[in-house]
Amino acid sequence: MGASIFGLAWRSLLNRKVSATLTMLAVALSVALFLGVEKARDAARSGFENTISETELIVGARSGPINLLLYSVFRLGNATAEISWQAYEDIRDRDGVEWAVPISLGDSHRGFRVMGTTKAYFDRYKYSGGQDLEFSEGVEFDDLFDAVIGSQVARTLNYDIGQRLILTHGIGAGGIADHDNRPFRVVGILRPTGTPVDRTIHVSLEAITAIHVGWESGARNPMADSLTEDTIRTFNLTPRTVTAVFVGLERIDTVFRTMRAINTNRDEPLLAIMPGPTLFDLWTVMGNAERILIAISAFVVAVGLVSILTSLLTSLNERRREMSILRAVGARPRHILILMMLEAAALGFIGAALGALLVQLIFAIFAPILSANYGIALTGTGLGQIDLMTIGSVTGVAILLGLGPALVALRRSLADGLTVRV
Amino acid sequence: MTDSAPRVHIEKLEFAWPKSPRLLEIEEFDLRPGERLFLRGPSGSGKSTLLGLIAGVLTPQTGKISVCGYDMSKLNGTKRDQIRADRLGVIFQMFNLVPYLTVAQNVALPCRFSKRRAQQVAQTGSAATEVERLLSRLGLDDPSLIHRPVTALSVGQQQRVAAARALIGGPEIVIADEPTSALDADSRDRFISLLTEEASRSGASLLFVSHDSALSSHFDRAIDLNDLNRAHHNKAAA
Repeated sequence: MGASIFGLAWRSLLNRKVSATLTMLAVALSVALFLGVEKARDAARSGFENTISETELIVGARSGPINLLLYSVFRLGNATAEISWQAYEDIRDRDGVEWAVPISLGDSHRGFRVMGTTKAYFDRYKYSGGQDLEFSEGVEFDDLFDAVIGSQVARTLNYDIGQRLILTHGIGAGGIADHDNRPFRVVGILRPTGTPVDRTIHVSLEAITAIHVGWESGARNPMADSLTEDTIRTFNLTPRTVTAVFVGLERIDTVFRTMRAINTNRDEPLLAIMPGPTLFDLWTVMGNAERILIAISAFVVAVGLVSILTSLLTSLNERRREMSILRAVGARPRHILILMMLEAAALGFIGAALGALLVQLIFAIFAPILSANYGIALTGTGLGQIDLMTIGSVTGVAILLGLGPALVALRRSLADGLTVRV
Repeated sequence: MTDSAPRVHIEKLEFAWPKSPRLLEIEEFDLRPGERLFLRGPSGSGKSTLLGLIAGVLTPQTGKISVCGYDMSKLNGTKRDQIRADRLGVIFQMFNLVPYLTVAQNVALPCRFSKRRAQQVAQTGSAATEVERLLSRLGLDDPSLIHRPVTALSVGQQQRVAAARALIGGPEIVIADEPTSALDADSRDRFISLLTEEASRSGASLLFVSHDSALSSHFDRAIDLNDLNRAHHNKAAA
């Protein structure tokens, strides 16, 4: 009996192909939006949290953890203070510290940040669960005035190996404070990573010192121009300060002890943070926008579900005769209820399943493009629990919504008796 | 129930729609086994209400109505629905067929809701052959017609499909409510003779309702609802 009612419901839907298809489409699009937002959000979060990995600690001048994270990893904002070279050496030489990579920020080139660091950075900086930085062209910097650029820098400015570039003092657009007497040369271009590395120009720490010879007052000393590059090369170019230090530990279980020791250091006010938890905190700060997005897409799903209700209610008048016939040939009230609710369930289920597949299709098309051009790996976007839960909930709510029209149809069919109304 | 007991038996039945004057008041009415009964009544005379009572979709305020020995006024809705599914075939004036089913699916429809009729059909062979047999009995022997959508049929063909549906699975009672009013004279006579013939062959009692007393010659017995219904006498007098 159940199977035959299912057959009736299915044939009845097929009979109203156009309106049923449109209704399913509305449900599919709304579910696709919801799942798309949900998955993109998840992928964005995991991408975000994968910006830096296998670095146990980041040490900078004492400010706030999120502030330190923003300028050291995301190259956003500025360090309010720097830490001394001595402090870097102390950290590097601590027991249990496997490696320490200093970075120095402050200059820029046409809107992109310039970061001074050591060659070790290219080995030690990892992202997305331990992925290494890779070169798409060229090599690491070797000479004092060599630069390695991120993929986005190369793409936006259309730079290639051998391109000469002039750094700007500070974060301006360039002009009055250019280091135009010390041009750099691009020797390496990094592959896309989906991290701020793509937007960074990497030079050696010594280069940062070198270009600031004659700038000790904060502006350019005219004397500086008279110094030739060869003269500068003879100087001791070890920096006096760095902006932050990335630290790797020999054993992960010493991380809290090391962090506390650095944070309570008496010689100099230092701040050590663990990147993972701080990234999580930062994401939480941005969480409100995310919640609004989810609320909007949930409302769109509600609109999709209402379209099922509309479709069933508008079909009731044309189906009044059909219900009378079914009653006359022996359909019980529960058959009428089941028939209507099965149709609602079918509309909800097929619509939601189509929506989930649509999202898969969209990700299948765009994931390789995002990955190739921006290094953004969309993870966890495959069919998963969230899809099943969404399809299940949409179907469930559709059945509940179908109850309304079903009761109307039933009441009418009882009132009509055996008389077929046209 | 014995073979000679009436298929439908009504005694001192009274019925009124809510907030309306009494529509039906029937002292006694019988539909006997195998009988072909013509019930004449103009529209508004309470014909459809009487058929609703017999089919068990309505219940009388007082009195007794039994169908195949079951006292309908004492049964709940589910049970009455079951009796209708098992023992009644119904043909309407028009628009008898479910538009999204084929001819064959429409004919076999009662078997979806009645195990009894499905078993009855299974005894004679497969459902498909029984559908085909009934349709050809009723003059629809074009095999291509069986799987056509019903919307492609003429009104006369639709009514014959409805008759086949009413007869499938051997119900005890076939009720026809003005089934020929949309047909021209030729198809009307042909339809009635096919219907009465097939009803007799299957042993079903046929209750045929129409306003057109000219049709009564096709039947064993004819009753005027106005004679049967005393409520109507009273109303007519008023």
